[in-house]
Amino acid sequence: MDNALRFRDDAPHEEPAVTLDAFIGQTNAGAVRLESDEDARKLIPYLGQLALIEVAFPKFRDGRGYSAARILREAGYTGELRAAGDVLVDQIPFMRRCGFDSFAPEADIDADALGRALAHYEHVYQKAADGRSPVWALRHG
Amino acid sequence: MYKYDEYDQAIVDARVEEFRDQVQRRLAGEISEDQFKPLRLMNGLYLQLHAYMLRIAVPYGTMDSRQMRMLAHIARKYDRDYGHFTTRQNIQYNWIKLEDAPDILADLASVEMHAIQTSGNCIRNTTSDQFAGAAADEVTDPRPWAELLRQWSTFHPEFSYLPRKFKIAVIAAEEDRAAMRLHDIGLQLYHNDAGELGFRVFVGGGMGRTPMVAPVIREFLPTADFLSYLEACLRVYNRYGRRDNIYKARIKILVHELGAAEYARQVEEEWAHVKTLGLDPPPGEFERIAAQFAPPAFETGIADTVDRSDPDFAVWLDQNVKAHKQPGYAIVNISLKPVGGIPGDASSAQIDLMADLAETYSFDELRVTHAQNIVLPHVKKAELYAVWQKLAAADLASANLDLISDIIACPGLDYCSLANARSIPLAQKIAKRFESLDRQRDLGELKLKISGCINACGHHHAGHIGILGVDRKGTENYQLLLGGSGAEDASLGRITGPGFDEDGVVDAIERTVEKYRTLRTDGERFLDTYRRVGMDPFKEAIYG
Repeated sequence: MDNALRFRDDAPHEEPAVTLDAFIGQTNAGAVRLESDEDARKLIPYLGQLALIEVAFPKFRDGRGYSAARILREAGYTGELRAAGDVLVDQIPFMRRCGFDSFAPEADIDADALGRALAHYEHVYQKAADGRSPVWALRHG
Repeated sequence: MYKYDEYDQAIVDARVEEFRDQVQRRLAGEISEDQFKPLRLMNGLYLQLHAYMLRIAVPYGTMDSRQMRMLAHIARKYDRDYGHFTTRQNIQYNWIKLEDAPDILADLASVEMHAIQTSGNCIRNTTSDQFAGAAADEVTDPRPWAELLRQWSTFHPEFSYLPRKFKIAVIAAEEDRAAMRLHDIGLQLYHNDAGELGFRVFVGGGMGRTPMVAPVIREFLPTADFLSYLEACLRVYNRYGRRDNIYKARIKILVHELGAAEYARQVEEEWAHVKTLGLDPPPGEFERIAAQFAPPAFETGIADTVDRSDPDFAVWLDQNVKAHKQPGYAIVNISLKPVGGIPGDASSAQIDLMADLAETYSFDELRVTHAQNIVLPHVKKAELYAVWQKLAAADLASANLDLISDIIACPGLDYCSLANARSIPLAQKIAKRFESLDRQRDLGELKLKISGCINACGHHHAGHIGILGVDRKGTENYQLLLGGSGAEDASLGRITGPGFDEDGVVDAIERTVEKYRTLRTDGERFLDTYRRVGMDPFKEAIYG
């Protein structure tokens, strides 16, 4: 995977991701792929054994994966969380905020454009899954 | 009024630079129109029939004179010297060049304004009561809550690719001046029996091709849980709202298909989890915002009477001026519906004049209404006559508020790429037919609303009289609806029967209101009579 699209220090987990159905049936896998219409909460009992969860974005307009990511992070998942599919450069800042830390876009992403997109906003208005302090916390720090 | 601090300003400035970067990539051909579309849409830039249209947010419809003058400046410098105030309390410009859009956003940012999330499948500009802070019947000013919503919803990372657009309205009075129950989420502030302030939460209202009046999904939400509860409402929608069919993707369909009780149960379950995440700002943040909406320094002990000796002024006074909670003051409604005009349009000179009047006579405040008019919320009664004279000199003193010529109309086929029929010429014809103000006043409150297609931007479902333009075998055809309301007695209009051509629908309206005159009892509005007697007598009058 392109290093510019991975925001983790650990070694990439190379095991191929299995489907949710296959994973629930054989619970020793360490990598699973969640389709956009699948319920992320089904993975919650198994988060400790997972090193990679890949969340599918079949179309960039399909925003269900943003909620899936937050649900997994809110449940304490610390492994790699990858957005895969129709992932566009201007969406990655939102995805980072929701807890994604690696990206497998179908189309190439320009590294400079991504760098700029990630640097635009110094401040955010709401708490999310990335640990950034919202401005209301800064105001009342 | 809310003033940006360094954080708000930094975020809006960053947006200008981000959009400038996106436009440059588009103009350089680095991204396709397909990829650019969601980016420009999230910033209120639509490609219409003839040019780009830019929609600018007026959060909860409130502006000061400096901001209003900037709108005039944009009309002069970048457009054709006018702007169009919309049913969502915003303003849009119809003749924008893509390469100018970043400069316009920079100009807006210099007066604490933006176009963030004025389109796209995200949380749109929050709307509110145009009389907030002035109305005698409000329990509190709803705008600090709307500002909290503005901040929470701005660039919300989880809810920027929802199944469909999402509109929230907040009010704080029993009288609903914001069509609250026709929003995806409607919030009504009130005090419960224990005297605590909270929200009655309505979810799943809307217009479009499947109009619905929102049901209550929570009778009382404590203010401390405000944002975490909305987060849960949106998360259930984002996960389970339909994405297979654009026409079934609004939250109203989800709530309808699940049933309000089941949707509410799922929200409560999600909220039990979300509430533990610490998403709600501390009370100090609300207090910081609310302090900026403190009432202006009203004078006390001033005259509470008005000299009515000029008869034209007296007519305007009775029709367009509303009661203020502060003795000696009044709320002035400026109608943007002169006979022959385009509903909601104002020239840059008119926008500047309204800004001047706000600065001199209304504690520097203006409001945009969902009926596409402007409000000066705090005018001294002793100065009403002077204000009226200046408005009259600028063709802004039409005394037709809430009368049949105070028409809500979408831009229609003159501008919009979605429209099937023209709305503006029809609105002009209706206003012309009922030009006599005596006749309009005799007909009384009559809310007429026109949409040029089934998407219902002109709120035709909520009109006492509604008109829907459709395409019938290549010609424009207009269906007539009766009995809708966007107010506290919210209801959806019913179609009278076969549609009409442009002149035919004006005739049908005339027959409808003449029938009403023969049926009404003392004090009955058109809507009241319709509700009492039903559709049949009107049908007979129209088609008989």
